[in-house]
Amino acid sequence: MNETEAERLADRAPFRFLLNGLRDTGEVLILLGDVVRELPQGIAKLPLVVQQMVAIGLGSMPLTVIVALFTGAVAAVQASYQFRDYVPMIYLGTVIGKSVVIELGPVLTALVVGGRVGASIAAELGTMRVTEQVDAMETMGISPTRYLVVPRVVAATLMLPVLTIFADVVAIFGGYLVAVLTLDVSGHTFTSGLRLYFHLRDVFSGLIKSVFFGGIISMMGCYYGLRSEGGAEGVGVATTHAVVASCLLILIVDYLLASFLFRVLFA
Amino acid sequence: MPEPEIVIESVSKRLGTKQVLRDLNLNVAAGESVAIIGRSGTGKSVLLKHVVGLMLPDAGTVRVDGVDVPSLGTKELLELRKMMGMLFQGGALFDSLSVGENVGLPLREHTEMDETQVDLVVKEKLHLVGLEGVQDMRPSNLSGGMKKRAALARALALNPKIMLYDEPTTGLDPITSDLINRLIRRLQERLGITSIAVTHDMRSAYHIADRIAMLHEGRIHAVGTPAEIQASTDPAVKQFIEGSAEGPLLPT
Repeated sequence: MNETEAERLADRAPFRFLLNGLRDTGEVLILLGDVVRELPQGIAKLPLVVQQMVAIGLGSMPLTVIVALFTGAVAAVQASYQFRDYVPMIYLGTVIGKSVVIELGPVLTALVVGGRVGASIAAELGTMRVTEQVDAMETMGISPTRYLVVPRVVAATLMLPVLTIFADVVAIFGGYLVAVLTLDVSGHTFTSGLRLYFHLRDVFSGLIKSVFFGGIISMMGCYYGLRSEGGAEGVGVATTHAVVASCLLILIVDYLLASFLFRVLFA
Repeated sequence: MPEPEIVIESVSKRLGTKQVLRDLNLNVAAGESVAIIGRSGTGKSVLLKHVVGLMLPDAGTVRVDGVDVPSLGTKELLELRKMMGMLFQGGALFDSLSVGENVGLPLREHTEMDETQVDLVVKEKLHLVGLEGVQDMRPSNLSGGMKKRAALARALALNPKIMLYDEPTTGLDPITSDLINRLIRRLQERLGITSIAVTHDMRSAYHIADRIAMLHEGRIHAVGTPAEIQASTDPAVKQFIEGSAEGPLLPT
């Protein structure tokens, strides 16, 4: 194949999509390698990590709490509707507890935080890139990976499980409130059901997932932010890409981790 | 005869479909100040980014202080950059830090100085560029000229041997431009800093440069002292320095 044919082929939309996907995957893996290599020096910049932990963790708390409260509430309404006439209401607490800690808590928290934090990281780093602040950092002999990426990745990876724990508690509380106040289920029945078949490994599996989700959100935000180009429009594109890629990867990795955790590790 | 401090040898660079630099050669001696002039979009900033290793040439090489820049690994490159300072077109101050923190950042990152010493050096560098009392201000609260001067103070924080200036006077009023020009010249004369300034401001080029090189069609089209450039009979050089729309240089 000569060069012209190769270029023509690469210009076709499906091939371009495939090539861009391969390029992005490779570049994200290279960035991940840099993050791992620079992890010790990056963590040593504790004030930066703490600053990011506050921005990512504390900043996302109100949104996470509201989403979790309504997630638990709607789970209670939906479950009671499907249980009616078939399943005793003692299982309402069981199903809400399990679905929240295994799936709803970690995944919905990650999707919400992915939208908020992923966009914010991509926009901030993207603006720094197009205004040459990242270039300035490099010319000063300061590694952007160490100074910008590592603190964000560490903070998000640590804070996502914390947010998930809050989300789990609040979502179950939301389900409890709806069950007790509107579904004629006693508090004792709900909590008995919650304890029934409760396994700590379910909580851990949700938290393990959230660690990966935190990594995905911050890596996507940093990667797309740092490769922004072309001014405000480029920053907008980077932000969109970061959020879309985060959401897709969260769902794909969720499936892969669920398969590994429940079919292999806890089988 | 010692090798010049900066050697740009047969450098070619293509960006997208555009061949920006073609087999470009330029040497800058230690302590010399060279201004690179040329129209917007001719690759002046691209050339500067090659010197500092932010871009790699497709062909050719760049040597700084005898070190082959494109062959350096990330770590070695970061080390080499400690002896260079670069003033970016828009200043490129970090929005999230105060002016004082911006200037002090390279010191905190690369030296063992304690906070008192860092504070002293920050004040000294800000004084050097004629900025005082702005240490606690955010870059967003500074005027264009103040941003450039603060960025210059930051670039000078580690006492670099080489300074690179990307459009140092663009967007500034004539008085602030003159202030920046004098500052650049003073730094070169007093501290012996080797400098390359990219500009299309001829007033600035005459003021700060020992030699002026004109970049045209990806190559150094003409090079000479300010007097030689002013006396040049080359049509492209004449058109550019006279700022005429008529001549061999077509509108981009």
